[in-house]
Amino acid sequence: MSFRYLLKRRISYLAFLAVALCVFIVVVVMTVITGLVRDFKVNNHKWVGDCVVGTESLVGFPYYEDFIKRIEGTDFIEGVSAVVKSYALVRERNSEESIGMEIMGVEPVKHSKVTGFGETLYHRKNDVSSAFEPAYDPNLVGCVVGIDRWLVRDAKGRYTYEAYPTEAALLVSCFPLTSKGALAKAGAGLVNTKTFYYSDTSHSGLARVDSSFVYLPFEQAQLLCGMAGPVKRVNAIHIKFKPNVRLKDGCEEVAALWKRFVEEKKGEKQAALLDTVTVQSWKDYRRAFIAAMEKEQTMLTIMFALVGVTTVFIVFVVFYMIVSHKSKDVGILKSIGVSKVDIIELFSCFAFLIGLLGCAVGVFVGWLFLLKINEVEDLLFEHFGFQLWDRTMYAIGDIPNAVDLQVLGVIIVSAIAACLAGAFFPSWQAAKLEPVETLQVSQL
Amino acid sequence: MSKDDFILKAEGLYKSYRMGEAEVSVLRGVDLAVKKNEFVAIVGVSGSGKSTLLHILGALDRPDKGIVRFQGRDLSRHSESELNRFRNKMVGFVFQFYHLLDELSVLENVFLPAMASKGVIGWLGSRRWARSRARELLSELGLSERADHKPYQLSGGERQRVAIGRALMNEPRILLADEPTGNLDSSTGNGILSVLERLNRAGQTIVMVTHDERIAQKAGRIVTLADGKIEQKSTGA
Repeated sequence: MSFRYLLKRRISYLAFLAVALCVFIVVVVMTVITGLVRDFKVNNHKWVGDCVVGTESLVGFPYYEDFIKRIEGTDFIEGVSAVVKSYALVRERNSEESIGMEIMGVEPVKHSKVTGFGETLYHRKNDVSSAFEPAYDPNLVGCVVGIDRWLVRDAKGRYTYEAYPTEAALLVSCFPLTSKGALAKAGAGLVNTKTFYYSDTSHSGLARVDSSFVYLPFEQAQLLCGMAGPVKRVNAIHIKFKPNVRLKDGCEEVAALWKRFVEEKKGEKQAALLDTVTVQSWKDYRRAFIAAMEKEQTMLTIMFALVGVTTVFIVFVVFYMIVSHKSKDVGILKSIGVSKVDIIELFSCFAFLIGLLGCAVGVFVGWLFLLKINEVEDLLFEHFGFQLWDRTMYAIGDIPNAVDLQVLGVIIVSAIAACLAGAFFPSWQAAKLEPVETLQVSQL
Repeated sequence: MSKDDFILKAEGLYKSYRMGEAEVSVLRGVDLAVKKNEFVAIVGVSGSGKSTLLHILGALDRPDKGIVRFQGRDLSRHSESELNRFRNKMVGFVFQFYHLLDELSVLENVFLPAMASKGVIGWLGSRRWARSRARELLSELGLSERADHKPYQLSGGERQRVAIGRALMNEPRILLADEPTGNLDSSTGNGILSVLERLNRAGQTIVMVTHDERIAQKAGRIVTLADGKIEQKSTGA
């Protein structure tokens, strides 16, 4: 009977269309935004590794080699990479313009074991050990530049890679600091400047990183930053755990080891610098960036929860109208002994069918749309210059369109629940109707 | 006559309705007893309370005061589910305006009471029987060819016969008909009355409400409702 109601009442098509449209919109938007957030997290994870023992201070911290030796001896560590991080002025040799950038000194092989550094390269992807050897002259000291600093993307977000790295010299100037935080070259030239030769680009998929980082050989970065003294310093140790180690457990173990290490180093000359060091998971380390994206996702989820509320209201109105039109039917059914529960069941089943069919159509059309979303966006851009996501902000090539089954499940269950919720009150009202109220024709 | 001879008995029924500020007393102490296999016609002018009385007898409405006993049991003591079962199994209603469900076919309208009394599982088990019984009834009512039609494709007389078929689906002890010919022309109405007479001859107890004395003459007994009371009792056909 619910089927008959569904097929025969034109108004039920409206409810069905409203549900299908809502499901379609939510599936498309949630798939894209979930994909963006997921990709963003994955890229952050790849860029950082699992855990970071590091300091925000540009002075860095000493005794890192001792700590690395200690944790390399444990059974839960897959790889460790010491990193020097600082700020620098970077200028192309024949240019007058200096740009403020962040430098990151890494040992490419070790760093690639811990992070996705090797995968982000273009020319040296398959030969990470030569990352800092320019192909045009391997004897020169090379540097890897964030891709957005070196290549221009077209409007569709694609890079035009060069077949062979362009010969270019970059002058990198840093302010070296002593272990006490003073300028190491006070009274002299203040800055350390060294020339590096462009060897490759790094495409991490993180817009800010790809536009502001230049990667240098570890020792060279240490020298530039004044960290290569008798007691060498770094800014961070990036760590990757073995695959079976849970992130939280691994970070806790590292934190415990670090705590013990700091205790042991008490009394050493530069031990105070160790107090600025924290142990963080990659999520906490990149919290400032991830949180913004997650907030965007949360806001969208709330917005679409409001769409869900609208669906409930539409279904409510439709059912209210159906019940108003069908009050005579309710009277007839009650006159032949149908119970209140059966009446609620009848309309609930009707609502369930509307929800189910609406979901099926909404999901199917949404899935089709997602399959073609990148082509649709290209078409819109070519003809109208309209782009859904500014590639300079989102650092994406294609719009993510892989439907997350878990998200899909939540959408379907929510849509059906919304239909049942919208139908409940009218159904309950219908169930309460007295047969004589609805069948009356000359009641007296 | 022992009290067991009565299938349905109403004692001192009162019912009133509020119409704006005024309270209108419709039934003012109605007593009525219906014997098994009887064909009783309740007559009265429009607004005399005939339909209200019929609704109360069939548990579609409750009296303000008074008792309705069905096979000796007070209906007011029935729980809601017992009343549903009573309406489903014990009585069959025939309304003046047929009250068929437009979304269902003629056949489905007829077997609807059988469907209503079963759960999904129960219905799966008995639907073959229900379909067969509904077809049988339609055949008896001369509507075999109309089984797959929708109610709106039928004439008034045919619709009323479908309504009678539906009322008889669960073999009720008593058939309550509210102006069954009130919406039909004379010859079609006579056809419906013939059906009711035939059913009564086959043993079906019938209580029919009508405002038309001529139609009431077809019943075995006529009771007149006036001023909210049974005024006179007379013998019909």
